[in-house]
Amino acid sequence: MSLDTVKPSPGFLEHLPIEYRDLVEHGPYGQQKKVTDLGKFKELGEEHPMCAGCAMSLFIRLVFLGLPKPEHTVIVGTAGCGRLAISQGNVPFVYGNYGDTNAVATGIKRGLELRFPEQDKDVVVMCGDGGLVDIGFQGLMHSWFRHEKFTTILLDNEVYGNTGGQESGMTQKGQIMKMSPRGKKDDKMDMMGLAKVAKLDYVARITPTNPSRVVRTVKRAIHVAREFGSTYVQAYTSCNIEYSIPTPDVMQDAFDMEKERYGFEEIISDRAKAYLDEIEKKKKKK
Amino acid sequence: MSNLNAQEEGKAADWVPAGDLQEEVSLEKMLELPRETIFMTGSEAARESIRRANVDMAIAYPITPQSETMQQVGYLYDEGYIKDYYRAEEEIGTMSAICGASRAGVRSLTATSGPGLMRGLEAISSWPGARTPIVMLDMCRVINTPLAIQPDNIEISFLLDTGMLVLHGENQQDFYDYPLAAFMASEQVDVTLPCTVCVDGFFVTHARGNVSMIDKKYKLPPRDGWRSAVPAMDNENPPARLSRDAPIQKSNFISYHMHAAWQQEVFAAVERSAKYFDKYLGGLIEVVNPGADTMIIASGAAVSQAREAVRQEGEKGNSVGLIKVKTIRPWPKKQIIDAAKHAKTILVPEFNHAGWLHKDVCATLYGKCEAAIYNGPRVFGGMTMPTEMILDWLTEIREKKQSGNFFVTA
Repeated sequence: MSLDTVKPSPGFLEHLPIEYRDLVEHGPYGQQKKVTDLGKFKELGEEHPMCAGCAMSLFIRLVFLGLPKPEHTVIVGTAGCGRLAISQGNVPFVYGNYGDTNAVATGIKRGLELRFPEQDKDVVVMCGDGGLVDIGFQGLMHSWFRHEKFTTILLDNEVYGNTGGQESGMTQKGQIMKMSPRGKKDDKMDMMGLAKVAKLDYVARITPTNPSRVVRTVKRAIHVAREFGSTYVQAYTSCNIEYSIPTPDVMQDAFDMEKERYGFEEIISDRAKAYLDEIEKKKKKK
Repeated sequence: MSNLNAQEEGKAADWVPAGDLQEEVSLEKMLELPRETIFMTGSEAARESIRRANVDMAIAYPITPQSETMQQVGYLYDEGYIKDYYRAEEEIGTMSAICGASRAGVRSLTATSGPGLMRGLEAISSWPGARTPIVMLDMCRVINTPLAIQPDNIEISFLLDTGMLVLHGENQQDFYDYPLAAFMASEQVDVTLPCTVCVDGFFVTHARGNVSMIDKKYKLPPRDGWRSAVPAMDNENPPARLSRDAPIQKSNFISYHMHAAWQQEVFAAVERSAKYFDKYLGGLIEVVNPGADTMIIASGAAVSQAREAVRQEGEKGNSVGLIKVKTIRPWPKKQIIDAAKHAKTILVPEFNHAGWLHKDVCATLYGKCEAAIYNGPRVFGGMTMPTEMILDWLTEIREKKQSGNFFVTA
């Protein structure tokens, strides 16, 4: 039924704005679009107020492209830069209290499973390092240790961007930021390590340098979450404002960061690997 | 995880959830069915209510004196009366997750007490605006330092202006009846709001009383997530885009208007719930000895003490009236005015220091009634209120004597 929710009643279509008609006729609902198709169809992301050159907005656009079933997906976010773009997407979005994402997602996912046991309904948490790793830490950890069946995507810009540049748990040691005037005292929190400790079936670290890889990673994380339990994608999405990265150099910074300390890493459990091999083989056969 | 994976949790392949064998009946019909009276604790009464409430999902977190109820709800899950149940990480997690469950369109239950309510309050106070029907049982206890687990219902004052529906049960019987009414009222299309069912901890939860209830073979009809002022976020309906619309996040006149209108609608929905509670609870208030010159206005366990005071005064030949306030929100303003406007003396006994009920009573009766509204009697910090305390106040008021720190004439 979900596809029908975007379709207007007969007779109304011609009166709707052209963007909406494009979305209904050429949007990615019910079909898989490729990275190379970007720009050729009406994407799920709409106009947003993110800063010029923001790597996070590029990454979010790629996540929207990677959703295996956008017509059956709910995204859960929280305060921070990311929600400014996510909330403008054509996917239902829950914007709750600060740091409540993984608890809210737990309730939504379980509730949707009860109501629609035969229909995959994907829940995806996508928010920043402040919302997820600092204030949302407890909910994040417990959702992982309970192996709740949804994907968590961390938009790691290593700073509280939306509130104006304060250090976060994900800021690098020594970095001078607001609220760390003498440089951050402690190490960047090792969330990849914690994800391993929680024995998640799929964990990935990524930068938005390779669009196809971002799309594939998001798809894998969501497929594995559906089947087995929590999955985690940690993405470097630089804050060019607070880190003073000149706009034309944002992508170069992402490439540099990938080389230095944010290399692509994928940790997949045996059962998740077997499952992914199976569904990815099927797709190739098609 | 849930009854969908019951076999993974050790149930036999042919296990049938007990809830699947129950017969659905409306609450109106339930109120007419024959009842059996059983002597039980308030926690057990709540369990029996939940057994008949067709709850989809319950999220538990322990805190005294609530723990016993939600662990009993766990047994209901094990029997198959509830479809999903888990122990959450703490109250912010609990209250956020139960909101998620309600957004997904399932009937949702949680419970807490005093400090747990305070911890979860940021999430709780966002439920009404999210238009999420949820029933939260609240077994009141001390919230302030020094830490204590004793009964004291100051926490209800924090719920009064959230947009929540708030019921305050007197005894074990109410703790059976009110949750059923709460589920049904909160899920009405023109209400679509969460409801807290408060009782005074220990006095109600851990003490026994007679509870009359219908056979456990009956249950309420299920929640329909689409019959709602704000449809469930299930991708089967165009979603209510509360946070998508950019203007509401901005500082401009459109955003102020949108937010103001949303709040007005929430509080209007609280008022609209009154007709349902009127039907399900047999009135928003109960009046004993209507027309008496001296009226006691009370809610919760204080009603029981007041009832006994009314009885003993009656034995002495004094007619003292009692107004039991069942629904704190919606506040039965008109009913209280009608029942109290004739009075010359009004007492408001309470189990908290602040006197939140007294404040609402004064605000309601100001200009509507000539009575002296006495600011008490009150106990707090876990004390019980001896009937003699109310009787002493009545005597001292009659004899125009001063009484204690809280003897204030209106």
